[in-house]
Amino acid sequence: MSSLSRDDVAKLAGLARIEMSEEELVNLSNEFTVILDAVARVQEVAGADVEPTSHPLPLRNVFRADVVVPSLTPEEALSGAPAQEEQRFRVPQILGEE
Amino acid sequence: MIRNSASEMAAKLAAGETTSVALTQAHLDRITAVDADIHAFLYVDTEGALAQAAAVDAKRAKGEKLSPLAGVPLALKDVMAQKGVPTTCGSKILEGWRPPYDSTVVANLKKNDVVILGKTNMDEFAMGSSTENSAYGPTHNPWDLTRIPGGSGGGSSAALAAFEAPLAIGTDTGGSIRQPAAVTGTVGVKPTYGGVSRFGLVAFSSSLDQAGPCARTVLDTALLHEAIAGHDPKDATSINAPVPQVVAAAKSGDVKGMKIGVVKELNGDGYQPGVRARFEESLELLAKAGAEIVEVSAPNFEYALAAYYLIAPSECSSNLARFDAMRYGLRVGDVDGASAESVMNLTREVGFGKEVKRRIILGTYALSSGYYDAYYGSAQKVRTLITQDFTKAFEKADVLVSPTCPTTAFKIGEKANDPLAMYLNDIATIPVNMAGIGGMSLPSGLADEDGLPVGFQIMSPVMKDERMYSVGAALEAALLSKWGAPLLDKAPVLGGAR
Amino acid sequence: MTLSYDDVIAKYEPVLGLEVHVELNTNSKMFCGCSTVFGAEPNTQTCPVCLALPGALPVVNEKAIESTIKIGLALNCSIAPFSRFARKNYFYPDMPKNFQISQYDEPICVDGYVDVEIETDEGPKTFRVEVERVHMEEDTGKSLHVGGATGRIHGAEYSLLDYNRAGIPLVEIVTKIVPGTGKYAPEVAKAYVAELRDILRALGVSDVKMEQGSLRCDANVSLRLIGAEKLGTRSETKNVNSLRSVERAVRGEMIRHAELLNAGGRVVQETRHFQEDTGLTRSGRSKEQAEDYRYFPEPDLVPVAPDAAWIEELRATLPERPSIRRKRLQEAWAVPDKEMAAMINADVLDIVEATVLLGSDPTKARSWWLGEISRIANDKNVAIADLTITPQDVAEIVALVNAGELTDKLARQVVEGVIAGEGKPSEVVAKRGIKVVNDDGALMAAIEKVCAEQAETAEKVRNGHLPAAGALIGAVMKETKGQADAARVRELLLGHLGQAN
Ligand SMILES: [Mg+2]
Ligand SMILES: [Zn+2]
Repeated sequence: MSSLSRDDVAKLAGLARIEMSEEELVNLSNEFTVILDAVARVQEVAGADVEPTSHPLPLRNVFRADVVVPSLTPEEALSGAPAQEEQRFRVPQILGEE
Repeated sequence: MIRNSASEMAAKLAAGETTSVALTQAHLDRITAVDADIHAFLYVDTEGALAQAAAVDAKRAKGEKLSPLAGVPLALKDVMAQKGVPTTCGSKILEGWRPPYDSTVVANLKKNDVVILGKTNMDEFAMGSSTENSAYGPTHNPWDLTRIPGGSGGGSSAALAAFEAPLAIGTDTGGSIRQPAAVTGTVGVKPTYGGVSRFGLVAFSSSLDQAGPCARTVLDTALLHEAIAGHDPKDATSINAPVPQVVAAAKSGDVKGMKIGVVKELNGDGYQPGVRARFEESLELLAKAGAEIVEVSAPNFEYALAAYYLIAPSECSSNLARFDAMRYGLRVGDVDGASAESVMNLTREVGFGKEVKRRIILGTYALSSGYYDAYYGSAQKVRTLITQDFTKAFEKADVLVSPTCPTTAFKIGEKANDPLAMYLNDIATIPVNMAGIGGMSLPSGLADEDGLPVGFQIMSPVMKDERMYSVGAALEAALLSKWGAPLLDKAPVLGGAR
Repeated sequence: MTLSYDDVIAKYEPVLGLEVHVELNTNSKMFCGCSTVFGAEPNTQTCPVCLALPGALPVVNEKAIESTIKIGLALNCSIAPFSRFARKNYFYPDMPKNFQISQYDEPICVDGYVDVEIETDEGPKTFRVEVERVHMEEDTGKSLHVGGATGRIHGAEYSLLDYNRAGIPLVEIVTKIVPGTGKYAPEVAKAYVAELRDILRALGVSDVKMEQGSLRCDANVSLRLIGAEKLGTRSETKNVNSLRSVERAVRGEMIRHAELLNAGGRVVQETRHFQEDTGLTRSGRSKEQAEDYRYFPEPDLVPVAPDAAWIEELRATLPERPSIRRKRLQEAWAVPDKEMAAMINADVLDIVEATVLLGSDPTKARSWWLGEISRIANDKNVAIADLTITPQDVAEIVALVNAGELTDKLARQVVEGVIAGEGKPSEVVAKRGIKVVNDDGALMAAIEKVCAEQAETAEKVRNGHLPAAGALIGAVMKETKGQADAARVRELLLGHLGQAN
C-alpha cells in the first residue's frame, strides 16, 4: 500500500512552492493514501518490454527557421507585472545563489 | 432568433435578414437575462463583441467575401488567451490578467469574423468535471440549476444550452469538452491531438490538452472545427496536414457500410440504466441507417484513469510553476523584508484552489526521483498499451462508440469531497486523450429515471475526424426525426422567456 | 598557513571535470523569434514565449540544432539518432517558466574528446580530455540586485529582472572526469577551455566572449591521495570568466582542498564562486541535499532525430581543426614558436591570415597587427576586432610601402587615420596629403639647407664620422615633414658630403 506521510507532503509542498497549513498537510496525506492506491494500478500492467509514450503523435524534427520576429513592446511585456522599476520586473529579494 | 443553429444564423446574415450587431445584441440581452442564474460567463465583452459585429456588418455591406460563420457569436472558454481581455482560467492567481497576445484559436476566430461574446467559466486550470472548482463560483446546468454543467468546460456547455451563445470553444484534456456536452444536451468535439493549435491555450497537461468546437448541432460543430483547425508553426506539436473534411462529412451524414465498434469495456457496471438505454437505442438507429455494429475489446482501458491521474498531474505540476507572482498575476506577502521564495509560496497557497494543489502535489511526487519509474514512467507505458488497444480496435471498426459518461448530471456539491468519485466521470473519455485520437459527444436523449440529457460518444482514428462527424450527423438526424424537435426544446424555460 | 602547490601535488592527485556553457550566436532565441543582440534596453527582446506567459509554447530553432551537431562533430562525438528535450524543474525568478528546457538522458551528442597540448617540464605534451556529452538548453534572464552594498545578491532589498537573455540558446559541453594530469591540472583546464574556444570560434557558432558571458566555465575539482582509486569529494566552481581565471580557480581549489584534507577535515560538495580580485572561491549553495529536478520529457516539443544525410551535410561544413591550422600556418609563414604564441595570445591569427590572403607578406602583416595596431587597441582598451581597420586596409598599406609610396613612418600615420575613421588608406593618404618626397631636387635643397645650418656636424661627417649623419638626416626628414624616404635622404646626404661608397 502506497502512502505519503505528513512530512512527505510537506517536502513536496516545498518543492512545489506552496505554503500549507498543518491541517492541509494532514488532509492531503490522508487523501493521498486513497489516491495513490488507485493510481498505483498502473504498475500492474506496465511491463519492462513496453515502450513509454510521452507524446501521442510520432512527430520528429519540428523546427522554426532562425528568423527574428518582432518582440512585445516593453510596455506589453511588463503589462501584467505586479511591480516594475526601470523597465524591469521588480521582485522581492532573492535568497540563495546568484 | 437565439434558438436557431449557428448555420441558420449565418444563412440569415448572408441573406440580409438580420445583422451581426442585432444578433450579437440579442445574445448579450439573453446573457443579461439568464446568466445571473446560470453563471456561464466570467467576463462579457459587450463593447468588443459589438465592435467586432459592426465590423463584420460593414465588410458584408461592402460585398466582401466572408467565411461561413462570419458574424455569428461565440463563447470562449477562459483558458484561451485573448489580447486585452481578462483571462483567468477560473483561478484567483490570474485575476485581472489581460494577455498582450491572442491565442491561435482566437486569431483564427477573428480571421473568420466570429464574434467573441466573452469568457466562460471553468474548473480552475481545467482541473475538474463539474466547474465547481472555479475560483469564481460554480456554473449551473440549464436543465436543472441545482446540477453541474459538466467540467471543466461547464461555462461553455451551459452557455450553449441556455441559448446565450450558439457556438463555444472548449478544451479537452480528459473529457472537458465531451462530458459537459453530454450532461447539457449539446455537441462537443475533441479533435485529433495536434489538429487545433494549443498556442495560447493555458496548459494543464500539454500532451493531452486539445481545444475543440462546441455547439448545439453536429453541422455547427463542424463549421467551427474547420474555422479553428489547421497547422500552426507556433505549436511544435501541431499536425502539418490538411484539415479533415468535417463539414462535408457533417452535411452528408452517411454511415452506410461503416463499421461501428462498441467498446465492451466502456459500457456496463457503473453506467446508469438510463444512460445504457439511450446508448442501445442509438446503436439501433445507426444500424437502421446502414451501419454495421460490431463489438471490440480494449482490455487496457481499465488502467486509463489511473494513468491519466499520474500523467496529467505530473505535467501540470510543471506547467503551473510559472504562476509565481514574479511577472504577472496575483502577488501575496510582498511586505518589507519578504523574500521572493516566501512570496511565491504564499501566492501559490492563496492563488490556487484545493484541487489544483492536490494535483500539483501528486504530480510533484510522481516525477520525483525514486518514484518516477513506478508512477510517471509506468503511466507512460500504460499509454502505449491504450494506444495499441485503439489500433487493434480500429482494425475492426471505422469508429468506436460508447456512452460519453457513466451518469447524467449530478448535484452541485454531491461529489465535491470525494476526488476519486469525481475522477470516475471521465472513465470513458480519458482513453481518447491518452491516444491523441478524435472524440465527439452528441445528445442521445434523456435518461428515463431523471429526465436529464445523455451523451453518445464517437471516437475516430488520428486525423480521421470526419468519420465521427458522419456518424454523429446520421445519429442526430435519426434522433431528430424520432423526437420531432431538438432535445433542448425539452429543457426548462429560463428567465421566464424563450 | 598556506600550503604550497608543490606540497599539494606531492601528496594528492587532482581530478578535473569541466562544464562549459556556450551561448550560440543565432539571430533569434532558442524557442522564440526574439532577437539575441547583446546590450539592448531591458525587456525589449521578450515575447509571450520567453516571458513564459500563460499559453505560450516553445518551437526549436533549427540553426541552434545545427550548431550543436557541428560542435559535437568538431569534438569527435557521436550524434544521437534520437534525442529529446526534457524539463528541469526548479524555481528561480530569473527563469520565467520555473523550469529550464534542457536535455537529460538523451543529449544530442555523446562521447567525444579534445586533445590539448601544453608545455611541460619534458617539453610539449598532449592530454586527451574526453567529452561525455554536448546538449542544448536555454539561458536565463538577468537580475539586478538593488539595495545591497555591492550590487550582490546578499543584502539586496529587492531585484530587478530583465528577460532579454532568457531563452538564448546555450550549449553545455560536459567532460568526463579527467584524471592523470598531475601537477598540470590547472594548465590542462585552461588549455582545454582555450582549445574549445578556438574550435567554437572556427565553427562560427558562438561569439565565445568570456567577458560577456557567451562562454562560461564551471570547473569541478577533487583530490585523492596519490595511488588511491576512490574519487574525492568535488567542488564546483561556477562561471569562471577568463582563461586565466580557469587556471587560477583550479589551482586555488586544489590548494584549498589539500589544506582541508591535511587538517583532517572534509571537502563539502557545493558550488563555489570564483572571485576575480582575490583568485579565491567562496561558498555558494551546498549540494549535500541534491535538488530534485524532476526531469521529464518536454511534452511541448517533439524529438530531434537527425538522419545520416543531415549529419554528413553538416560535417562537410566543418572548418579545419584549429590545432592543425596553427601548425599549417606556422610552417607556411615560417614563424618561430614564440612569435606564434604571441599571435595566438593576442588573438590575431585570423586577422593576420586574412591579411596574408589579401597579398601581404606574413612578416609585415604580423608586425602590423601585433605591433602598432595592438598598441592602439590596448590604448583604447578595445579588442582588435572592434577597431575599424580591416585586413584589406592593412594589405593595402603594406602594398603602398612596398611600392615606395609610403615610408614605414608615414604608414603609421595612415593606420592611425584609418582607425580614427578617416576612411580607407587611399582616402587617408589623400586627405592628409601624405606622400613620399621623391623629387631629388627638393631633397637636395633641404640637405644643403640643413648642412649650412649645422655646418659643424656636416664637417664631422665629411671627415668620416658617419654616426653624426643621423642628426642631419633627422633634420632633413623634419624639413620635408617626414614625407621623404629616409634611405634616399641618407644616400644623397652622404654623397653630398663626399662619403658615398
Ligand atoms: Mg545545464
Ligand atoms: Zn521571445
